[in-house]
Amino acid sequence: MARVDTVLLPELDGPVPATLPSALGLLSVALGAGALAAPGPIARLTGLDDSPVARAVLLGVGVREVANAVGLLSGRRPAGWAWTRVAGDVMDLTLLGRALADRGGERRRRVALTTLAIAGVTAVDVLSAVRIGQARRARARVIRMQVAVTVNRSPAEAYRFWRDVENLPRFMAHLESVRADDLRRSHWVAHGPVGRRVEWDAEIIDDQPNTSITWRSLPGTRVPNAGRVRFVPAPGDRGTEVRVELRYAPPAGALGRVVAKLFGEEPEQQVRDDLRRFKQVLETGEVVRSEGSPNGISVRQQVMQRPAQPLPAFRR
Amino acid sequence: MRATAWMGTDRVKVIDVPDPRIMNARDAIVRVSTTAICGSDLHLYHGYIPGMRKGDILGHEFMGEVVEVGPQVRNLAVGDRVVVPFPISCGHCSSCQRGLYSVCENSNPNAGIAEKTMGHSPAGIFGYSHLLGGYAGGQAEYARVPFADVGPLKVPDEVPDDQAVLLADVFPTGYMGAEMCDIKRGQVIAVWGAGPVGLLAAASARLLGAERVIVIDRFPYRLRLAQEHLGAETINYEEADVLDTLNEMTAGRGPDACIDAVGLEGHHGNAAMYAYDRAKQATRTETERPFALRQAILACRSGGVVSVIGAYGGFVDKFPMGAFMNRSLTLRTGQCHVQRYTRPLLERIQRGEIDPSFIVSHRMRLADAPKGYKIFQKKQDDCTKVLLTV
Repeated sequence: MARVDTVLLPELDGPVPATLPSALGLLSVALGAGALAAPGPIARLTGLDDSPVARAVLLGVGVREVANAVGLLSGRRPAGWAWTRVAGDVMDLTLLGRALADRGGERRRRVALTTLAIAGVTAVDVLSAVRIGQARRARARVIRMQVAVTVNRSPAEAYRFWRDVENLPRFMAHLESVRADDLRRSHWVAHGPVGRRVEWDAEIIDDQPNTSITWRSLPGTRVPNAGRVRFVPAPGDRGTEVRVELRYAPPAGALGRVVAKLFGEEPEQQVRDDLRRFKQVLETGEVVRSEGSPNGISVRQQVMQRPAQPLPAFRR
Repeated sequence: MRATAWMGTDRVKVIDVPDPRIMNARDAIVRVSTTAICGSDLHLYHGYIPGMRKGDILGHEFMGEVVEVGPQVRNLAVGDRVVVPFPISCGHCSSCQRGLYSVCENSNPNAGIAEKTMGHSPAGIFGYSHLLGGYAGGQAEYARVPFADVGPLKVPDEVPDDQAVLLADVFPTGYMGAEMCDIKRGQVIAVWGAGPVGLLAAASARLLGAERVIVIDRFPYRLRLAQEHLGAETINYEEADVLDTLNEMTAGRGPDACIDAVGLEGHHGNAAMYAYDRAKQATRTETERPFALRQAILACRSGGVVSVIGAYGGFVDKFPMGAFMNRSLTLRTGQCHVQRYTRPLLERIQRGEIDPSFIVSHRMRLADAPKGYKIFQKKQDDCTKVLLTV
């Protein structure tokens, strides 16, 4: 299933390319190797060659950088190692600040230049660490679910209904509309709480007639999402097992809260309700309504259900 | 229109509500001519069924005239006189197609809630809690009937309402209770409960060839009905020990099959036994008072069938699993799959094989529904079955 995540939701690997931690690691290797291999020339270059401890400090910095590189290149806890680099930068800047105070002339100029360079590296490191952390949290937010229902119709009938994506709002309660732009691409509009809408474009990326359909939102969507539905013949001539896998990554912040409300506290229950409606539409022709649940199935609505008596005329 | 509404424990009221309208293409609207109060309505009345809301319209036994049909209903026409089965069944899911109408997979819009307590959801039922769909019931001037192309049965003019309305629930339910006993020649059938369903189960056992039928209750007027109309033997459990008496009557074998037509609000001859389950029920540590079920299992002949048609809602304590397992008993049960039985039972009525209306004790106006509930609850005035005419 983890494979499906990355196959279906490549957006999750942005906004940070997966190579960012490695790039930082290589930077560490270069700096560390330089400091270890040629402490003398580096001390001169940075204007620190007059200090008796410069060589020792540079060797220490080199060891630190190499250790950091190993951590970053290992691929484990990339955010943690990125912040370790930032900590190293702060240490370097502190040392350089003290060195700057008691030097003059050409040496002072070199120390200042070095400080400037390290400050630039620090900025890059901070930015990278922040972005790596964001990406990791986005991946952790991805909501995955698998729900299935048995429908007393053939796989071909169930597939045909689902493949016409404009049918989806008939049973997916949170959808306002789906417009098919062509055979693959479509535009989806979901209605959220307090009149807020969420829209996105999606494409069918794999289509196996009468067997399965796989779709995902196009890159750039604020709520990356993807899904796959499989139509498996149910044993004993009982129709079709409709098996759905869904993934979506709600963003952080206000929009994320809207999306969370859209799907409620039990997103899986809502998908289960959707599939129950899908079964009703295929088997009975439409969503079944009662006076207490005039909009049909919705576990979310149960608490606010109206009494089981006919709806007033103006409600129609 | 006027309709009977549940207003809280032990409170029903006839109130004004909007007229029903077509909500689904397979709906019909029926102008109710006769409706009935069911023993299971008393479970709602007493507040034992969860998922009731103030203002819910009650009633799952009704018949009347079709006054409007949805665009997908082709088998009914305005003016048809129909009786409506109490389970709402789509006719197209696997369960309906196997004749298991009361476990229709599509008719409960609140299935998700029912699944949480029952594992899977049964069918929706008219006027029987939001757990079972939140459908308005038929103790009203008009009723909306979903899947009208599946459930309602046209009733010929010569069959009066008094007989036909019993096809909505109690007669098919009693009949299925007897049918599940798989009655063979010479068999003795015992029925717990001489309410409408128990009496019609006893009558059906006779129709299906039982040699002897024994009815167990505590109200002499009801036991008298069983004797006079069905030629049944009777046991008043407040006067005699049921197990001893049944053993005596069957020379130690026990009845070949036992029908529990009591359900979750049973009574017991022994005050201490009654108090035990009543207290547990009151504190919600048990939802049912399963005296009849326990006794039926202990009484039944080894290898026999226990057929449960009394309504249960939750969990029972002290289920005699040891007796049940060690003596090779079979437990059969279910809300009645009414749609299976309406036509054959109507034909039996038309052929004069049975007149189920012997159970009807009271006919009242819809406006008197609260009084009907009260006398049925208190077993006043020899009440067995209350019909409400609209």
